[in-house]
Amino acid sequence: MAPSRLGHVMRRLDPHPGEWIDRSLPLGFTFEGREYHGFSGDTISSALAAEGVTYLARSFKYHRPRSILSFANHDSNVLLCVDGVPNVRGDVTPLIAGMRIEAVNTHGGLALDKARILDYLGRFLPVGFYYKAFHSRRYFAYWERLFRRMTGLGQVSLHAVRRATPKRYGFCDVLVIGAGPSGVAAALAAARAGASVTLVDEGMRCGGSAVSHAPLQKLIDEVYQSASISVRPQTEASGCYADHWVALVDRVRLTKMRAKAVVFATGVIEQPAVFRNNDLPGVMLATAALALLSRHRVSPGRRIVMIAANLEAYEACLALSAQGIRVEAIIDLRSQQEALDADAEMQNCAALGMEILHSHAPYRAIAGPDGAVCGLDYGPLDPNLRVDSRKLRRISCDALLMSVGWAAAAQLLQQCGGKTRFCDSLQQFIPDELPTGTFAAGRMNGVYEIAARIADGERAGALAAAHAGHGRAGDAPVPRSTRRPSHRFPIIDHPAARNFVDFDEDLQVKDLENAIQEGFDSSELLKRYSTVGMGPSQGKHSHMNALRILARARGISPGELGLTTARPMYHPVPMKYLAGRSFHIERRTPLDSDHAAIGAVWMPAGNWRRPEYYARTGENREQSVAAEVRAVRNAVGLIDVGTLGKIEVYGAQAGIFLDRVYAGRLADLRVGMTRYGLMLDESGVIVDDGVVARLGQEAFYFTTTTGGSATVFRELLRLNAQWGLDCALVNVTGHRAAVNFAGPLSRDILQPLCNVDLSEAAFPYLALREACVAGIAARLLRVGFVGELGYEIHVPAGRAHELWQALMEAGRTLGLRAFGVEAQRVLRLEKGHLIVGQDTDGLTDPIEANAMWAVGMKKPFFIGQRSLKILAARGPRQLLVGIEISAAGRLPRECHLLIRDGEIAGRVTSILRSQTLGKAIGLAMVVPELAASAGELAIRGEGGEMIAAKIVPTPFYDPQLLRQKAVTAA
Amino acid sequence: MKLMVCPLNGPRAITEFAYGGAVRPMPDPDSCSDAEWSDYVFNRAGSPGIKREWWCHIASGYWFIAERDTARDIVVGTFPPGARDAPA
Repeated sequence: MAPSRLGHVMRRLDPHPGEWIDRSLPLGFTFEGREYHGFSGDTISSALAAEGVTYLARSFKYHRPRSILSFANHDSNVLLCVDGVPNVRGDVTPLIAGMRIEAVNTHGGLALDKARILDYLGRFLPVGFYYKAFHSRRYFAYWERLFRRMTGLGQVSLHAVRRATPKRYGFCDVLVIGAGPSGVAAALAAARAGASVTLVDEGMRCGGSAVSHAPLQKLIDEVYQSASISVRPQTEASGCYADHWVALVDRVRLTKMRAKAVVFATGVIEQPAVFRNNDLPGVMLATAALALLSRHRVSPGRRIVMIAANLEAYEACLALSAQGIRVEAIIDLRSQQEALDADAEMQNCAALGMEILHSHAPYRAIAGPDGAVCGLDYGPLDPNLRVDSRKLRRISCDALLMSVGWAAAAQLLQQCGGKTRFCDSLQQFIPDELPTGTFAAGRMNGVYEIAARIADGERAGALAAAHAGHGRAGDAPVPRSTRRPSHRFPIIDHPAARNFVDFDEDLQVKDLENAIQEGFDSSELLKRYSTVGMGPSQGKHSHMNALRILARARGISPGELGLTTARPMYHPVPMKYLAGRSFHIERRTPLDSDHAAIGAVWMPAGNWRRPEYYARTGENREQSVAAEVRAVRNAVGLIDVGTLGKIEVYGAQAGIFLDRVYAGRLADLRVGMTRYGLMLDESGVIVDDGVVARLGQEAFYFTTTTGGSATVFRELLRLNAQWGLDCALVNVTGHRAAVNFAGPLSRDILQPLCNVDLSEAAFPYLALREACVAGIAARLLRVGFVGELGYEIHVPAGRAHELWQALMEAGRTLGLRAFGVEAQRVLRLEKGHLIVGQDTDGLTDPIEANAMWAVGMKKPFFIGQRSLKILAARGPRQLLVGIEISAAGRLPRECHLLIRDGEIAGRVTSILRSQTLGKAIGLAMVVPELAASAGELAIRGEGGEMIAAKIVPTPFYDPQLLRQKAVTAA
Repeated sequence: MKLMVCPLNGPRAITEFAYGGAVRPMPDPDSCSDAEWSDYVFNRAGSPGIKREWWCHIASGYWFIAERDTARDIVVGTFPPGARDAPA
């Protein structure tokens, strides 16, 4: 049969048993604006090929026309934009009716792409071009603009709809990756042993690339019937992580699968031969042609030439022939002697009229007027694997198939820690050391014959099930193949190059040789410099050939180079599958809605949201804060302090425990009293503070800072586990609400609501009382944080709203105001109270913080004591002091520097304007000499202006503590 | 994601645990030198090998001792903080 026209054209053939397409369901779609039709069961590429579309894509660098190469998820040239979604792989994406498909990386369409001129400018684009182009800063901007315009595969839409893609979690005994003959057998063997099995495969159906085979079909049927095997086609195992944690990616979502054992039946990836113009449309892998033909009934061509170097080439020719496709010639890289493993198949091919040429190799493919392959120049191969260009012969063809070798799909195995070694006789990397609980089977394991692959799968499946606790298994290995499925150097030099090693990145043999010449002569360096294997297919069709080129240049075996590191993901994964849910914890106190009802303006405090202040009409932020402060100083204020960590500790040795974890003495605290507590770490640094109350002889209740509650509680649990004291801790942070009711009128307002005597004699400063407030069981603590008579009232969280409303109502006519965090900061700063984490940092000890009054150095032991002794002997590096600024004008901000004699002498830790005192006050960490001098100093403010300040003693307000002790109260 | 066997709760994902530092015997603060104390407070052995560490199962607040081989990235064993495992 003569070709009806010059060049390569594919077409749909008549129906054939076993085809995957459903001809009763035609699907219309558009490609580059033109209408086409395919069938249900087509992929995008098979539908376009069946319609005779020659160009499916332009290549990344030279804009050469490209079409189907692998048809197995490695056609990284055929990335399409489908309905606005970029990076869609044509070879594996099922066709859907109405798809609008666009090519990418073209300037004016596939056929007329203006950028195809780059193919003629190739010599100006040497290997490592970016490194060379961007070497000079002078031209950087020029090149950057050019590349931004010219490069990239498709456009990301900035208007894409945000879609949530929830992840799934899966569990199984045995996960089998790959549903070819060995994977199917492994799944069955594991299921027979009693294991729950998940079988995943990236293909649409089980069976892998194996062509129809009756015993295999029977196994596949059994797999589908088995109740304990979950089959997941079109699912890629994309990443293997610790302890058999495998990321499974399907067309909808990511599943995080935890398996007890994993069988890698990942198979092998067919590798292209490398010769001039091996990228023309119509040049493809033999497995691609077979899959197109048997699944989608797309004829790869009318006159086919096979480039062969293994048994599989002859099997493919026979399979094509059996389906009515004519194979003109088989160009075998091997000598007749080397090809004896395919002796029977060779005779059958010869009998069918195929011309078989041993020790010959392709020299260059010829492009027809349409740019697709129309012929091949080939010649005899010398022992150095070079073609003598003087002895070339030409054969015309419209499809050129390649079957010269395989690369193990060992990437996932490597990701979970598996080691590989190069097997010279197979010319393939095979598993060497497997991590516990992982097993390899099939062609990836070097077992090629189909019966042996099934046996190897059964072995691995039984072992995996036994590892997961089901059944027992012997470890009699299945022998590896003795024939050579892969050629040792299927790479033909050509002076004019365009013999592509990496189709993603348009890398030719000379690019790699030049990179090696320039010194990048290890596999990892070669990869990074030349970018071989760094494109979308991640070296699946280029890594082995690149290794062979590097090995030849260095005169060693690929095994001595080793595979480059394989990292997740195995295939590209949509970002939306990986993205989290923008989930941020925000805790709310039980009083949250009470705050909202009266105009709370929120601020974050640790994980909590707290009212910064309460906005009122007619007031700005400063005025509201000032009014809240005035209410506390002159009448009464109410603040929600439920965010404080709240912990109870019970037991005979509870006091001893607290004496060890707090710097101050607590074991001697009387029942019904409270004391300020300072917590240090082992190096003597302040890590937390709070109030400790003694509820009973063996019971304490204490608070921690808002931000520190979780970590402090966890560390206290650890210390309790370490010391083994007779006490136990309970975290009641969420169980209890707390408010601080403070101001000169607080006692008068609270007394009528409360069933205990609040008089100074009965309930003095720093005392604790269990009482009933507004009918609610409460713990009352006399505290002085804001510097006024005040009561912290702790109640069960469920009663907080009632308490809040009762207090608000009781004070309504007496000037009561709810106050927020900002007013509290003013109030505490007027008292000179430090905030741990604001006025102290990760190096501040109590000596520096002027807090030694809260430290009991005479105690036998507390955490940080020994370090404090060393620090005390050494003297402080800095000291926390009070500062004031009298002048009006812009204030410095926290962390602004104190300057003395042109040198940094400290920094501001807190600063604000006090209405109560009529001046700006603050705290600052300063060098000790400055602290002692008590003199004038300067702060460098925003923009560099110098602001005069002076060091003053603290507290700024009520230094004798008369108000909080209520000495002046009636 | 790694798994760890909590002595109280059984095997759990590593995200359920918090690391609590190496298990370090504290020198007697009353008799040790300043240098010995500083060494205890500030120095940690980072070389790969078997490490004895405090780990907490966060959800249950349970602390235990884990032995990890940081050279091989495996958890060798986990133990309750009993007398044998936990220094005073």
